[in-house]
Amino acid sequence: MSTTATASTVLADGCHLGSGCGFPAPGLDNFSFTPIFSIGALHFTKPMLLALISSLIVCGFFYYAFRAPKLVPRGAQNVGELGYEFVRDQVARPMIGKEADRYVPFLLSLFFFIWVMNLMSIIPVASFPVMSKIGFPISIVAMVYIAYWTLAIKRKGFFGFLRSTIPGGVPLPVLIILVPVEWARVLIVQPFTLAVRLFANMFAGHMLLATFMAATWYLTSASVGALFAAGSAVMVVVLTAFEMLIQALQAYIFVMLTAQYIGESLATEGH
Amino acid sequence: MSAAVDLAATGVSGSLGAVAYGLAAIGPGIGIGLIFGHSVEAIARQPEARGTIMSTAWIGFALTEALALIGIVMPFVFGK
Repeated sequence: MSTTATASTVLADGCHLGSGCGFPAPGLDNFSFTPIFSIGALHFTKPMLLALISSLIVCGFFYYAFRAPKLVPRGAQNVGELGYEFVRDQVARPMIGKEADRYVPFLLSLFFFIWVMNLMSIIPVASFPVMSKIGFPISIVAMVYIAYWTLAIKRKGFFGFLRSTIPGGVPLPVLIILVPVEWARVLIVQPFTLAVRLFANMFAGHMLLATFMAATWYLTSASVGALFAAGSAVMVVVLTAFEMLIQALQAYIFVMLTAQYIGESLATEGH
Repeated sequence: MSAAVDLAATGVSGSLGAVAYGLAAIGPGIGIGLIFGHSVEAIARQPEARGTIMSTAWIGFALTEALALIGIVMPFVFGK
């Protein structure tokens, strides 16, 4: 597609092993796109288009699955209920407990939205994981951060919540280390690692796939180089399968940690 | 011996980012090995707990892997 990277044009011009150009290694250029259109300072790029398409897919699927719900589900409703029950029973209820059902819509939307956006990495024409632009994880984590802090402040108050992160019965020398660490965790470290974990996984996966795809073309030649190109192509297939696992796993981890933070905000029994 | 002296004289060049990632991958490599090693041991001791053990193992894997992946990303963040 239209990237500012030179790699795709270089490969199209016949950059192969031995033709004098070095290996066009994928870099940060592969992640910047020329805008599809611009309205003033708003540049509408391919990742934004993919995010829009992902949200339409998720909303459209769940609307279609539950447009005429029957007691005994058939077809799309069955799949929709499978997704809903997975998030409710495996993620929300174990982590949040009694009040889980209120937060299942939020967690369900997060899970499928992030998963479909991740899947864009291995869908042929899209071929870009939306979450590998740091802005997207940051905006989703902003929602999660506002969610669990709002709940914490409503339930326990700001200082009450900070107090509840420190367990009881801890000797003073340990407290001196524990208190700053725990407060930094809930204020800074948790949202940061939540965003960066998702971003880094998708970024690294895209870099790996791009590297082996570029290597397949670069190594193609009418000699033993064809064997290396074939090996590279096998690696692309293997990495695509691995990426499918990582995409689903990262979406699950994100939603599970969100549920855990919400559960921590709501917990009143002091455990 | 003289090869080492030559090396020290001319210096090592290349990508510092690659070295950074190599160092960053040590900890998570040990961590992931520990996670799945202990999971195998736990399943061997109590095969009927396999479901709980494996789902906990995958959660631990994702959290540990995050550190290695932050290591591969940081050279791009700070580089050039």
